[in-house]
Amino acid sequence: MIAAFIQRVGRVAVFLGRVLAQCGPALARPRSVVHQIYNAGARSLVIVMLSGLFVGMVLGLQGFDLLQRFGSEDALGVAAALGLLKELGPVVTALLFAGRAGTALTSEIGLMRATDQLTAMEMMAVDPLRYVVAPRFLGGVIAMPLLVAVFNVVGLFGAQLIGVQLMGVDPGAFWSQMQGAVELNDVTEGIVKSVCFGVACSLVAVHEGFTAKPTAQGVGLATTRTVVISSVLTLLLDYMLTAAFLGR
Amino acid sequence: MSEPVIKVSGLDYEVGGRSIFKGLDFEAQPGRITAVMGPSGTGKTTLLRLITGQSNPTQGRIEVFGQDVSTLDKPGLYALRRRMGMLFQNGALLTDLDVFENVAFPVRENAQLPEAVLRQLVLTKLHSVGLRGAAKLMPSELSGGMARRVALARATVMDPELLIYDEPFVGLDPISMGVIVRLIRELNEALGITSIVVSHDVGELSSIAHYSYLLSGGRAVASGTPEELRASPLEVVRQFMSGQADGPVPFHYPAPDYHAELLGTRSEP
Repeated sequence: MIAAFIQRVGRVAVFLGRVLAQCGPALARPRSVVHQIYNAGARSLVIVMLSGLFVGMVLGLQGFDLLQRFGSEDALGVAAALGLLKELGPVVTALLFAGRAGTALTSEIGLMRATDQLTAMEMMAVDPLRYVVAPRFLGGVIAMPLLVAVFNVVGLFGAQLIGVQLMGVDPGAFWSQMQGAVELNDVTEGIVKSVCFGVACSLVAVHEGFTAKPTAQGVGLATTRTVVISSVLTLLLDYMLTAAFLGR
Repeated sequence: MSEPVIKVSGLDYEVGGRSIFKGLDFEAQPGRITAVMGPSGTGKTTLLRLITGQSNPTQGRIEVFGQDVSTLDKPGLYALRRRMGMLFQNGALLTDLDVFENVAFPVRENAQLPEAVLRQLVLTKLHSVGLRGAAKLMPSELSGGMARRVALARATVMDPELLIYDEPFVGLDPISMGVIVRLIRELNEALGITSIVVSHDVGELSSIAHYSYLLSGGRAVASGTPEELRASPLEVVRQFMSGQADGPVPFHYPAPDYHAELLGTRSEP
């Protein structure tokens, strides 16, 4: 089982290398990459914004409840901003991305495999890694940090909606404490995490689609695997990156 | 006789311990239509995968245009495939491109033609299959026969020297089937393209093939002109050519004794 796992990781690493080698030629056709950013990013906006709003609102409620026990409810802005920027924004967006864009990528590529479209490309001397996989991979990697940024902005709006408008936290304190306490490092941590999650989730999605068995059941299983693997990988990477940023 | 375009000799091929071919010999002569027939599951499509370098043989040699396919690297294989066209069983059109772009796809990817020349080329190919008027339709808007014809236009757009047809008649109505048969014949006669047609449609194949192979049990059990095959005394050939349900190719999949199984005297299912 361990040997099989190592073999699988090795195969994915080789696949990543082959995809990265095709990213240059894929970037030479920006239209197809932009189209994939639209597919993975713009089409995920509604779910990301809705989730961001509710996560921010919950954060506002829970944060207010906790902080008022210590008489520090003015620090709600800081708590919400750090929670969203460093953790909730990248992690929740990555989980949503895996469920929305990741599954779409896997099933699309898997169905192309099942209907011989990838084989047809190979027979026309066109590398499907260059034409199909690399633009989708790049689209996912670029879309993820943008989605995280949107999630964070909407999340902060949700937190202030509850904290300031509903619970009566002073708006000046909410925003000024946030401005004073949030440092560039915190923002950097969020950006690095979102890029890492973007690479991981997009890689899993295109790999599972590309290697899916060319049957209805095979594509279904590959789609399920995309969600499971991406989610677990996101949480594992989150721990590793958090530990690295905290120097532990 | 001139050098064959495809020469398969002593081919062995196994998948997961199961032998698909054992000592298969096969040749396709230039400018001729060579048919590969055989019951379902005999590896006809697998043979095409081997010829086009999508799989490698366990043993034996496959030469296409004089090159050993299994020794070619990716650029070599792609260079070889630019000399071939392939028609897939389901058409395999790219679903996110319209008919025009599907036909233009191999040219856009492999050649730098001015847009005006490309347009003329694509419209000429579409006209030759009777679908110039469908250029703006998406693959989802095409019938099975139309999709097959668009795929044929795409397969010929690079003017290949070798055309491979994988089950081109499956699921077509008589009119569409007649159109495809006519197109295969015309492409062969007008352009002198070497053609390999894999099918189990004996009637249609016999009307266009110059030479036929009948595969069974991992090897070519018979080969010759359609007339020679029809006159063959071999039982397996006669069973296939006349469509008999039972014979050397059994109707029943291997199973335990019927009565014993019905009466429950055997524990196995």
